[in-house]
Amino acid sequence: MKFKKMLQATAIAAVASFAMGTAFAADLTVGLGSEPSSIDPHYHNLTPNNAMSANIFNRLIEQDDKQNLLPGLATEWKAIDDLTWEFKLREGVKFHDGSPFTADDVIFTWDRAPNVPNSPSSFATFTKGKTMTKVDDYTIRITTDKPYPLMPQDVSNVAIISKKAAENATTADFNSGKAAVGTGPFKFVKWTPGDVIELVKNEDYWGNVPEWDKVTVKPIKSGPGRVAALLAGDVDFIENVPPTDIERLTDNGDVQLSQGISNRVIYLHMDQFREDSPFVTAKDGSKIKNPLMDARVRKALSMAISRDLIVERVMEGVAVPAGQLLPEGFFGVSPNMAPEKYDPAGAKKLLAEAGYPDGFKITLHGPNDRYINDAKIAEAIAQMLSAAGIQATPETMPKSVYFKRASRGAEGGLPEFSFVLVGWGSGTGEASSPLRSLLHTYNKEKGFGSSNRGRFSDAEFDKLVEDALTTVDNAKREEMLIKATERGIGEMQGIIPLHYQVNTWAARKGIAYTPRTDERTQLEYIHSSK
Amino acid sequence: MSVFIIRRLMQAILVVWIMSLLVYVGVHIVGDPVDMLINPEADQAEIARVIRDLGLDRPLHEQYWYFLKNALQGDLGNSFIFNEPALKLVVQRIPATFELALAALGLAVVIGIPLGVYAGLKPDSKISQTIMASSILGFSLPTFWVGLMLIMFFSVMMGWLPSFGRGDTETIFGVEFSFLTWDGLTHLFLPALNLSLFKLSLVIRLARAGTREVVHQEYIKFARAKGLSQNRIIFVHLMKNIMIPVVTVLGLEFGGLIAFSVVTETVFSWPGMGKLIIDALHNLDRPLVVAYLMVIVVLFVFINLVVDVLYSILDPRVRLRDLKG
Repeated sequence: MKFKKMLQATAIAAVASFAMGTAFAADLTVGLGSEPSSIDPHYHNLTPNNAMSANIFNRLIEQDDKQNLLPGLATEWKAIDDLTWEFKLREGVKFHDGSPFTADDVIFTWDRAPNVPNSPSSFATFTKGKTMTKVDDYTIRITTDKPYPLMPQDVSNVAIISKKAAENATTADFNSGKAAVGTGPFKFVKWTPGDVIELVKNEDYWGNVPEWDKVTVKPIKSGPGRVAALLAGDVDFIENVPPTDIERLTDNGDVQLSQGISNRVIYLHMDQFREDSPFVTAKDGSKIKNPLMDARVRKALSMAISRDLIVERVMEGVAVPAGQLLPEGFFGVSPNMAPEKYDPAGAKKLLAEAGYPDGFKITLHGPNDRYINDAKIAEAIAQMLSAAGIQATPETMPKSVYFKRASRGAEGGLPEFSFVLVGWGSGTGEASSPLRSLLHTYNKEKGFGSSNRGRFSDAEFDKLVEDALTTVDNAKREEMLIKATERGIGEMQGIIPLHYQVNTWAARKGIAYTPRTDERTQLEYIHSSK
Repeated sequence: MSVFIIRRLMQAILVVWIMSLLVYVGVHIVGDPVDMLINPEADQAEIARVIRDLGLDRPLHEQYWYFLKNALQGDLGNSFIFNEPALKLVVQRIPATFELALAALGLAVVIGIPLGVYAGLKPDSKISQTIMASSILGFSLPTFWVGLMLIMFFSVMMGWLPSFGRGDTETIFGVEFSFLTWDGLTHLFLPALNLSLFKLSLVIRLARAGTREVVHQEYIKFARAKGLSQNRIIFVHLMKNIMIPVVTVLGLEFGGLIAFSVVTETVFSWPGMGKLIIDALHNLDRPLVVAYLMVIVVLFVFINLVVDVLYSILDPRVRLRDLKG
């Protein structure tokens, strides 16, 4: 009896010391699904790179977990007139090498960001058409030729680097660490591609100093591999938990999940620019005039899809049905656009009205390695459409093949498919990003409709979006964006929204993540929890 | 012998050239990396710029000619993704993959030969039958599944060994090796075991077959009649004679080990060439794919050459010469 008590006591002591040990050890090992292609924050404008650079560098304006704008290296900003924006810079900020941050660094950054040689996706997107001038050491101005309301969003995408450390620096100098000197919460230590990125905390950070002394980032591309590494205790935290593992991890007492809705909508494009669409035929295989040109048919397709069923069965509950392009809470989201109700009978009626009482034959193309469960979604949709009398066949392929064909696979650089499944995440964190890229008439000169793979085109919609993009007044702009959404999706059904993705992070018990809607894993947002 | 080697090298150059042509055309047919690389929010002008910068707007034969011209000067082009010389990226990863492949080969030999010889000497014992049955499993189970099971058992359930990565490394001659540190060794063991399973089964079968054959030879009987100890008979007279097929096959298979490491490296996130090539293929990073395959072809040719030379040393009856002179 006595012995048993003693044993219990030792066990408790052992557990307690173990728990304390982990509480004090403020080193963190993180397993990421995708590795950045460089440490140079201006080399490659893509999520893995931007997420990593946000650990080391600051922007003038930061985006918080919901993509709201927060003061970063600029404490305040405003449009002085329609064409000029003024930014007040934060004083007393030091770079990792101890040198002070001033307007010269911002001017230097603005010159370098669009001019990195061989950039596979350039930051010129954010800087072009904008001229930056220095007013004094802690004030800068940016001028444009036309009113440009998205200035703060664009500025929030460009990482500020040190002029002293990075003058004449190449991308390789950033990768080696020589020029990787920022003002961010973590200092860069080293990068061995494919193996490890090491960071230590910046004790002198101007914001909240991170709780982790040292962070080791390990790229683990395979999903099961990441989960195994977490369960084995080799890493403390992982991103992109595969949906099939979510249930098992939820039941595991040693693991804590963090889930959050993302800005990524999964949706369908429909060919609306070819009378003779290559993947639409009558049921007997003969040619017909492209039925997707008729808004009633597009509406019928939308009504024939049960979003609840997709979310519940295909996505295992980890998604949210969508009625527009961004979930509730984002700027420019319409309060009137609920997800389309599942109504196969109504769909059949609309099809008959449009002159297709017997339906037609169509192929739905989609990727099979890009979005969560993408191939399964395509299969489910094809089956639901068949129930409404439209004979749909799903055809999925790897993203490396798919996107080129979907965007410009046909002759003359036109989209190849008739009916495609795609996703869109709004980098600006508001509604104009998907509206201008997915639904505005394709226009090479103006740069609109670049991902409009169905070539939807509506003059009224175009005008609303273009006006919104030159209206600096926030309230007026939001109203225009809402109207545009209601016109483009509600009335015209230019595309069919399906659902918003929900992302899952997992950590050992005691660590949590504040989920970011932009799907990034930023180390600052990993924190201990009780 | 020198004629033999020169001829082999000429063949190698031909193979490398044909391979580069195949890969170039093949990857081109699959698609281009622009849509993988570019930010989805980029507008048409930016997409056009990237296509132009990567040279993808040119006709294929022009792109290939440009590549060939640079390749002859030792420049295989820059990786589309990393913007660093493709050859450098591949060569950087060679030590990790070699270390893994050599460790796997070592495991296969050290475990496989004794087991095989035992099974050959006592073919009817229960242990021998178990060994041979397991070797069938080693042949037939898919590598990635076994890898996941190894992780599941040794890392997740037992917590004995780390589940991924390379661990601490020690640098000699500017190259990092993990077998020199304890942490590195623990990281190396599981992937090496996973990679070796197939070869291990092969070695067991070869050693067993060899033993069964040699054990009945006159010279073994003679050695026994002379009253030599069992150990001396096995380790000197028997071993020497079963090694010839084992060395040949393992030599040829070493190239296969390096190529096969793609699967193991992906499962264990081992930072070698295999993981690099998988990512490059996913992203259609053509220069990187071409550079990798060229390195592999050169390796294969070189290994085969070494095997031929080794063979002639092990078996004095073999002379290196070309059949047609």
